[in-house]
Amino acid sequence: MAELSFREAVAAGIAQEMERDPLVYFIGEDVAAAGGVFKATVGLFERFGPDRVRDTPISEQAIIGAAMGAAMTGLRPIAEIMFSDFLATCWDMIANQIAKTRYMTDGQVSLPLVIRTANGGGTRFGAQHSQSLENWAMAVPGLKVVAASNPADAKGLLAAAIRDPDPVIVFEQKSLYGIKGEVPDGEHVEPLGVAKVVRDGKDCTIVALAAMVPKAIEAAEQLSADGIEATIVDLRSLVPLDTQTILREVKKTGRLFTVEENPRLCGWGAEIASLAADEAFDDLDGPIIRITTPHVPLPAADVLEDAAMPSAQRIVDTVRKSM
Amino acid sequence: MSTQVKKPATAEIDRETRLRLYQLMVELRDFEQRAYELFLENLVRGTSHLALGQEAISAGYAVAMRPDDYTFCTYRGHGHTLARGASMAGAFAELMGRGNGMLHGKGGSMHLTDVKHGAMGSYAIVGAHLPIAAGAAWSAQVRKSGQVAVCFFGDGTTNIGAFHEALNLAVVWKLPVVFVCENNGYMEYTPIESVTAVKHPAADRAAAYGLEPILVDGNDADIMYETAQTTIAKARSGAGPSLVEALTYRHGGHSRADPGKYRPDAELREWLAKDPIKRYRERLVANRVPEAELAGIETRAQEKVDEATEEARNGAPARVDAIERQVWSDGSARWRN
Repeated sequence: MAELSFREAVAAGIAQEMERDPLVYFIGEDVAAAGGVFKATVGLFERFGPDRVRDTPISEQAIIGAAMGAAMTGLRPIAEIMFSDFLATCWDMIANQIAKTRYMTDGQVSLPLVIRTANGGGTRFGAQHSQSLENWAMAVPGLKVVAASNPADAKGLLAAAIRDPDPVIVFEQKSLYGIKGEVPDGEHVEPLGVAKVVRDGKDCTIVALAAMVPKAIEAAEQLSADGIEATIVDLRSLVPLDTQTILREVKKTGRLFTVEENPRLCGWGAEIASLAADEAFDDLDGPIIRITTPHVPLPAADVLEDAAMPSAQRIVDTVRKSM
Repeated sequence: MSTQVKKPATAEIDRETRLRLYQLMVELRDFEQRAYELFLENLVRGTSHLALGQEAISAGYAVAMRPDDYTFCTYRGHGHTLARGASMAGAFAELMGRGNGMLHGKGGSMHLTDVKHGAMGSYAIVGAHLPIAAGAAWSAQVRKSGQVAVCFFGDGTTNIGAFHEALNLAVVWKLPVVFVCENNGYMEYTPIESVTAVKHPAADRAAAYGLEPILVDGNDADIMYETAQTTIAKARSGAGPSLVEALTYRHGGHSRADPGKYRPDAELREWLAKDPIKRYRERLVANRVPEAELAGIETRAQEKVDEATEEARNGAPARVDAIERQVWSDGSARWRN
């Protein structure tokens, strides 16, 4: 085991796969010599050279289109979109082209590609550089969607995404880039579509994703002091969705809370709530409660942003009040 | 400096190639006419965008391409797809929503694709496939395969961002891609010059990307074939992309729903007189190709279209079990366990 930051784990995941498979190429804005604006791709350019690690112009449609054209003709490209907010500038490529071409051609075209993007708030960048957009991607059939909560998963899930035969959008929470954690030595791959129970408690089940996982863990420690023991499920992957683990953990405690960084409406938690209502209704002992950012664009000022996004304290208060 | 239309071909094109160009144009014409007849019979549902009158561009490029080169085209893509060798019956059946359609009914008229023949898809969001074609060219470049991507699009595409992003990237990365603008004068229902800052929507923009302006008569199969040879050879040699503007005309409206009444009669007459097939036939006859040989090509094309129509008509409706198939590479549509 080595201790790596989240951003170092991202670079390690890309390096591991580029080393393993010569068809893996990596493109994006400022990703090569500059090592990425979040320094998540440092050293790749030096190690793999200008052919395999290429800077692009600020042309998100060209970046994603190029990745698609390359994937359908034999490469396994990784494309970086610097901020997930910029997905809006190339959403046609993602939602209309990448997501649908395999289906529309009934399997003639395969698109083994990865779109990595820095997602979420907590960095005081304002509403156009802070959105948590995993639910956009989740809503489009044909896209796999993953988001890690720790450095080991950042490497392992990214590696699995690169090996996956289908398009995967990997959301990297900006607020997590600096956190450190143990990452297994040697080749490390975590399968897509497998949620992880990161804390076991008998009283309630909290389902969280990415940066909301450490907040849920922090909340659970406080709740424990009050005698409430929470199970925490780190979803890791929205598509495919590990419904078996979710349902099992909900049935065990009889209570379900979701913690979502995305704004309220149509956040992924609504899908989890619907799943639990459909398939675990008889095991529920109380309402399903979603803890989300309010349905607003994210404000910039630190006090506003902190108050808008779900915090450990809000999780504690919400769970306490309803238990 | 004003952009000039390139003069007619001077180099000799061999007889066999010319007959192949003629045959292909006739087949594409007959296919589109039959597709129109099938609409009238209510056998083709949804919309369809015919390329009647634009055959010289598809034929000229297809004949010049290597079998493993890539074609990317738009929703007006029946001709480009068929020109690469895709099954005519498969195309008719797809238009008719049959299970024997080339996409088993899941794509429809606007998405004809036949990867085995290098027809990498028909793209129905204007501009989207230019970056994708650049990506295929990037892949060919780094795999050192010698393949070239040829990307066809309409005049309206030159006003969308993806056009400019793709051109810039292709030049910066020196990609083996040829962008071919089929300027048929109309952006859907609107004359292109009324919504475009320059007279020649593609050729006049070439300089912005350091490219030579190439403006050619898109209704002349010889010129299109020569243009294809030159631009494909440039791409294959590693000298980078080209941007071609081929002047042509849609004999019909934008789509099935559009009778094209907004076009002045004189303009329509003028362009019908420049019909690429009619002109080419006259040229071949003038070049001492026997009338009977041309008639033979025309008869065989009609027979091919008849047979393909019959095969498509005999197909069963698309299978309902195709709905939840092929979202993913394992063939499934599964999103949960």
